[in-house]
Amino acid sequence: MNDMTKIERALEMKDMKISAKNVQVYYGDTHAIKDVSVEIEDKTVTAFIGPSGCGKSTFLRCLNRMNDTIDICRVEGDILLDGEDIYDKRVDPVQLRAKVGMVFQKPNPFPKSIYDNIAYGPRIHGLARNKAELDEIVEKSLRRGAIWDEVKDRLHAPGTGLSGGQQQRLCIARAVATEPEVLLMDEPCSALDPIATAQVEELIDELRQSYSVVIVTHSMQQAARVSQKTAFFHLGNLVEYDDTTKIFTNPEDPRTESYITGRIG
Amino acid sequence: MSDASLQNGPEMGAPTTKSSILQLDQRTKKRNAAEARFRAYGIAAIAVGLVFLVVLISSIIFKGVGAFQQSFITLDVELLESKLDKSGERDIEKIKKVTTFGYSPLIENALKAAMEEAGIENPFAKGKDLRKMLSSGAAADLRRFVIANPDRIGDTVQFRLLASSRVDGYLKGRVTRESLARDKNLTPVHLDVVDQLKDAGVVAKSFNLGFITGADASESRPEQAGIGVSMLGSLYMMLVVLACALPIGVAASIYLEEFAPQNWITDLIEVNISNLAAVPSIVFGILGLAVFIQFAHLPQSAPLVGGLVLTLMTLPTIIISTRASLKSVPPSIREAALGVGASKMQTVFHHVLPLAMPGILTGTIIGLAQALGETAPLLLIGMVGYIASNYPGGIIEGFMSPNSAMPAQIYEWAKRADPAYYERAWGGIIILLVFLMTMNIIAIILRRRFERRW
Repeated sequence: MNDMTKIERALEMKDMKISAKNVQVYYGDTHAIKDVSVEIEDKTVTAFIGPSGCGKSTFLRCLNRMNDTIDICRVEGDILLDGEDIYDKRVDPVQLRAKVGMVFQKPNPFPKSIYDNIAYGPRIHGLARNKAELDEIVEKSLRRGAIWDEVKDRLHAPGTGLSGGQQQRLCIARAVATEPEVLLMDEPCSALDPIATAQVEELIDELRQSYSVVIVTHSMQQAARVSQKTAFFHLGNLVEYDDTTKIFTNPEDPRTESYITGRIG
Repeated sequence: MSDASLQNGPEMGAPTTKSSILQLDQRTKKRNAAEARFRAYGIAAIAVGLVFLVVLISSIIFKGVGAFQQSFITLDVELLESKLDKSGERDIEKIKKVTTFGYSPLIENALKAAMEEAGIENPFAKGKDLRKMLSSGAAADLRRFVIANPDRIGDTVQFRLLASSRVDGYLKGRVTRESLARDKNLTPVHLDVVDQLKDAGVVAKSFNLGFITGADASESRPEQAGIGVSMLGSLYMMLVVLACALPIGVAASIYLEEFAPQNWITDLIEVNISNLAAVPSIVFGILGLAVFIQFAHLPQSAPLVGGLVLTLMTLPTIIISTRASLKSVPPSIREAALGVGASKMQTVFHHVLPLAMPGILTGTIIGLAQALGETAPLLLIGMVGYIASNYPGGIIEGFMSPNSAMPAQIYEWAKRADPAYYERAWGGIIILLVFLMTMNIIAIILRRRFERRW
C-alpha cells in the first residue's frame, strides 16, 4: 500500500474506527470466516448477530488478535485500526490489545482483590506514576463500570466473591481501565440474569460516549436495544450490515429476515 | 412385576401395562443386586488393602522399635593419671598418644569395682573376659572424653558406656543362653553376671539417641551404629534435587505448556518425558556413573552426584505434575490477562503460575519423597556400601565428600550377618517413613494454604 492510497482511504473513512477488508479466517482446514468486509464507526455500538457457529465471535477475536493464541488459526485480509494494519509484522499484539479491550462471555475476574483486578492493566502499561494516580484510575474505571457504589467499601475483597452481574461489570471496568479506544464484547450478558443484563446494557449505552463498542450477542432484542449498527453473520459470511433499525424493520436479504423472525438459527 | 400381577391380575384389578412404583420390578432388582455386589467388591478390596497396611506398619514398628533402645552400663571410672598422663604435664599431644588399649584397664577396674559394690562375684580369671560385656567402642568414648577434658584426669567420672550387642540382645530377648552355646564372644556365664548387674541397676536400657544422630559402625560394633550421617547425606542430596529439579522442571513445563508451538518436535519431547517417568531408576544410576563420574570426574559416592542422578529421575515427575496443574488453570484467566494487554510472560507469571502453585509444590514434594526413598541409582555411583564414619566437616564437604543415604544405609544393615543389625535396619525404615510422612504432610499443608478459588 503506498502513501497516496493510504491518505485517500483515511479521508474516505472519516469516523471509521475499524475497517476490515476481505477477511478470511481458517481453523486448520476449516474456512470459518469467508471474505468479510466491515466498517466499524467510532462512538457507536455495533452488534454482530447470527446463529451459533456462524463466525461472529471468531471475527470479533480477530479485531484484537486474540486468535493469535490459537495455533491452528490463520487470518488473511486487512483489518485497519485508524488506517493502520493490525496484522502488520511491526504490530505487537500486546500493544494492540491495550487499545482494543475485550470483555468475555463468562465473567472472568482474576482471583485477586477488586482493586488489583482494575489496577492490573494500568500497572503493566505504566499508566499511573504513583499510588494516588492508580487509586484515581481505579475509582474512575469502577464508576464507568457502574459498580463503584456497590464495591467502594470492599475494594480489597476478592473479585471472585461478587455476584455474576457484578463480576461482569467488574470485567468491563477492568477493560476500560487501560483507556482503550475500542471495546469488544463477546456475548457479555449470556451468563447474566435479566436485571444484571439490563444494568450491563445501560452501561454499554453510556460507554458509547467515549468508545467504539462492538458486541456479539445471541439475543436479537439486545442487539435492537443497544446497537446503532448491526451485522448479520451466517455460515461464515457477512450477510447484511446496516443501521440497526433497518436490519430489524426492513432487511434486504431474505436470510436476515428469516433469522430475525426466528425461522433459521 | 408382570408375573406377579398376572397371577393376581383379576383380584387386584390393575392393568398389566401399569406398574406400581411401590413394587420393585425384575430389572430394578437385578440392577440393585449388581450395584450391591459392586459395592461389596469395593469394600472387600479396601479391607484387604487396609489389612496389608496394618500388617506392614505393625511389623515395621514391632521389629524396628528395638533400635531406639539401647543397653548402657553405668560405671564410675577413675581416670588414673598414672595411665593417661604419666608426665603430669597435661600436654594434649602426649595424652593423645595413649591409645584405646590404655583405657581398657580403667574400664575393667571400674566394672570390677561396680561388681564388688553390688556384691557380685567375678567368675572370670581374665579381665579381658569381663570387658567383653562392654562395647569395644566404650574405650574410644572414654578416650574422646579425656582428650576433650584433659583437666579431669585424676578424677573419678561417671560414664554411661554402651553394652556389647550380645548383652543388649540378651536384655531385648534376642540372645538366649542356648544361642550363646556356639558364640565365641560371650558365654552363658556372662549372662548370669548381666542378670545380677541388671538387678543392681548398673546395666539398663534407655533411649538410644546415638541411633538417630550417630554414624554407621564396623560390622563388629552394631551397638554403635547410627543413621545420623547418612540422614545428612540424604538431606544434602535432597537439597541438590530441590535446587536443580524444581527450577528446571518448572521452566520446562511452562515452556512446553504455554509457549512451545504444537508440532512434531514438541510431541516427541512430550512422549519422551512420559516415557522417562517410567524408566527403571537403575538406568539413571548408570547414566550418572557414565556422565557425572567417568566423564565429568565428580567425586564418587558424593551426595552431589547422588543428588544430580536423583534430579534426572525426579524431573519427569515434576514436569508431568507441573504441566497438569498449569493445564488445570482455566483458559478464561489467560484470556482475561491477554485481553487487558498483558504479554504472554506476564500472563503466565502474574496469573497462571500463582494458580498452579499448589499443584506444582505438591508434585515437587511427591517427587522429592520418591527420590528420598530411591536406592537403585545410588548403587552405581557408590553410595551404597560406603560407610561414612564421621560427619562431614562443612557444607562444601557435605556435598563433595563420600557419604551414604538413608535407604542405602538400611540396605547395608539388612545384608550384614550380625542379627543385631537386623533391628537397626527396621529402625532405619521407621525413620525413613517418618521423613516421607512429614514431607507428604508438608505437601498437604502447602496445597491447602495456596489453594485459591476462581
